[in-house]
Amino acid sequence: MLGYCLKRLGTAFLVALFVSILSFVLLRMSGDIAIAIAGEGAQEADIELVRKAYGLDRPLIVQYLDWLWQAARGNFGESLYFKSPVMGIIADKIGTTIVLSLTSLAFALAIGIPLGVLAAVYQGGLMDRIALAIAVTGQALPNFFFALVLIMLFSVKLRWLPVSGSSTWAHFVLPTIALGYYITPPFMRIVRAGMVDALEMDFVRTARAKGLSKARVVLKHALSNALVPVVALAGVQLGLLLGGSIVIETIFALDGLGYLAYESITHKDFPVTQAILLMLSVAYVLLTLTSDLINAWIDPRIRVH
Amino acid sequence: MRIFKSITAKSGLVACSVLAGALMLASPGAQAGKKDDTLRFAYDQVPESVDPYFNNVRIGVIISQLTWDTLIFRDPKTNEYTGSLAKSWKWIDDKTIEFELREGIKFHNGEAFDADDVVYTMNFVAKPENKVVNQANVNWIAGAEKIDKYKVRLKLKRTFPAAIEYLAGPVVIHPNEYYEKVGPKGMNEHPVGTGPYKIVEHVPGKVVKFVANPDYPAALGKSAPHIKNLEIRFLPDRQTQVAEVMAENLDLIMGVPVDQALGLKAVPTLSVQEGETMRIVFISFNTLDDTPLPALKDVNVRRAIAHAIPKAQMVKELVGEKARVINVMCFPTQFGCDDSKAPKYTYDPAKARAMLKEAGYVGDKKITVDLFAYRNRDQSEAMIGALRNIGITANLKFMQYAAMRDQLRQHKAAMAHQTWGSFSVNDVSASTPVYFKFLADDINHDPEVRDLLEKGDSSVDPAVRKEAYAKALGLIQDRALAVPLYSLTTHYVANGALKFETYPDEIPRFWEMAWK
Repeated sequence: MLGYCLKRLGTAFLVALFVSILSFVLLRMSGDIAIAIAGEGAQEADIELVRKAYGLDRPLIVQYLDWLWQAARGNFGESLYFKSPVMGIIADKIGTTIVLSLTSLAFALAIGIPLGVLAAVYQGGLMDRIALAIAVTGQALPNFFFALVLIMLFSVKLRWLPVSGSSTWAHFVLPTIALGYYITPPFMRIVRAGMVDALEMDFVRTARAKGLSKARVVLKHALSNALVPVVALAGVQLGLLLGGSIVIETIFALDGLGYLAYESITHKDFPVTQAILLMLSVAYVLLTLTSDLINAWIDPRIRVH
Repeated sequence: MRIFKSITAKSGLVACSVLAGALMLASPGAQAGKKDDTLRFAYDQVPESVDPYFNNVRIGVIISQLTWDTLIFRDPKTNEYTGSLAKSWKWIDDKTIEFELREGIKFHNGEAFDADDVVYTMNFVAKPENKVVNQANVNWIAGAEKIDKYKVRLKLKRTFPAAIEYLAGPVVIHPNEYYEKVGPKGMNEHPVGTGPYKIVEHVPGKVVKFVANPDYPAALGKSAPHIKNLEIRFLPDRQTQVAEVMAENLDLIMGVPVDQALGLKAVPTLSVQEGETMRIVFISFNTLDDTPLPALKDVNVRRAIAHAIPKAQMVKELVGEKARVINVMCFPTQFGCDDSKAPKYTYDPAKARAMLKEAGYVGDKKITVDLFAYRNRDQSEAMIGALRNIGITANLKFMQYAAMRDQLRQHKAAMAHQTWGSFSVNDVSASTPVYFKFLADDINHDPEVRDLLEKGDSSVDPAVRKEAYAKALGLIQDRALAVPLYSLTTHYVANGALKFETYPDEIPRFWEMAWK
């Protein structure tokens, strides 16, 4: 188990390093950062001034190694745009993104698992088709469109919930639904598939033969087996949610990491972009690792493989 | 980034349909802003700092005008200069201006305004090591010296007649004692100025809250505000802004896309206004020896292109009714923007085709060009259609502004659909010279035009300046070094109870606004 952990941590380190190199190169390829900072109409002299002031006149490899060395010591530098420490900015925003990701995941699980169970229990029937339709709609509907529909209905017409902002719990309701619904289908499908398999297994048949109620058979015996892969999927989806909420955060003006990533890319604020990408990639790898470890702990066959 | 752009572009389209449906749902309700005397405004950009010297975004200029004052005031209606923090001023020589300052003015923190504030601010912003973000606003200042408590002399690095315009715009005055103590960082956190509104709360990236400065002296040019409270929220998504206005959580937004603004006219609780902006649209040509398209060195090709663009039709169908066609490379109200010496290129595709034929660019020699662009894609596509109509094949290269400018400055782009806002500076020196005075964005290098612009830029005699600029603008048109097209407009959507006026510099005058 220890060897398995070390191997996966090594992979996580390599992924983070690769992401940092890739983001560094891509950001530099997208245009001259000094021009972007100097703004519209800046002349060569102004741009040169910026280039020197921010150390952008040094060779690229030197800039990257310098950044890497500082990052390894926990110093991600200062934002070129906001002129304040990157870690401080990220610390201000990360809470919003974590809350949104966790509530969205909870929403997706709360919808996806019951739908999956119902679809499996009534396999091939109307309930199965309704569950499938709900899931397919979630996957097919662009989340920005769904978000706007929610705003128009619940904020503009009914005035039940605020349109944008992040100061109260009410501000998180619509973004949670918009983001959570988008990741509901995979949970529904995986639970349905697991339940269909489980319901045909001998131990379920035995439970039924023992005269246990249908609800007990389904919820206690079959569902507990079908939920094992959900753990791994939840870890992966949480990783995706942390980095994938840019559009939703922008629409609902949630002051989180996703919107910060968009802003920093727009302003070519590469210290912030680099730090966010690095943190998100590490978070993603660690979450995947955690879910793998939980799975390995639940199912010893995974450790062997 | 491109993916995100495409998502937002799609979201814009989809939002239109959603909004169209929502118009049916929207019901008239209470006018929240009027009820608590709080005007709520939202903007899509976040300033990196609200200190006017440390941001280069328009919302920074808007906040600057609300919170601070300048030595000189320019009336946005008459474009006449009057005193503001300075009672009067005079040119001592070509590089020195003397100001007599107004007495009895107080900053929001109670600090009295006097010469020390002007001297400290000017000397601070003049030093490159203080890293003022927009150097063009201050790099002409050498420094200032105090003559007495209410008299100051400002030294210029070079002859710079547009100094008056800058001193009425971006060059605001900070309180010396406070600024020395807290610096730009502290000023961003707790801003202090003399303006009609004072900032009571700034949550970076989220909101700036203001309260009216009831003691604001009318002599400074602006007026004491009619509305007590003002909130500026930073909302990145335009569709969200529209939803907030419809939900009556906002009282004013600007920069609403034209199709959406037209749709919102149907909402009875809202008022929609179109306002002209100082941003001009033009096509630039690279006519240098290393141009990617040597055909552009032929003046007849450039003139043919000028005849090919249906400016008036584009204004009517793509821009807005408040936009106007321009014939020279500047905004009409700018000092020196005179098109009397410039030939006009009427829309005449037949003539354009004939000119290309005469120049030999038909058949095998038919021109194919990349049109670089970064905003208003629909307009770029209309230009491509117009060029196709005269036998020129143009391919759209749509990209970020910085990337396009890179291509232009490296002489890799032959033709570009560009725009220029002059930073709302109402003087030709802030527009035409940028593209024709051998600076980084000059891709023509015409020495005659450069010399005339230099003459206009370096004289303090208004008549000499006007004459020189008019000649330069005439030459640019005669040689068809660029095709000036039209000004752009912006749409404002407001709470129906709000009375407001729009200005071409895109600065909402909140202190003038009132509830109906």
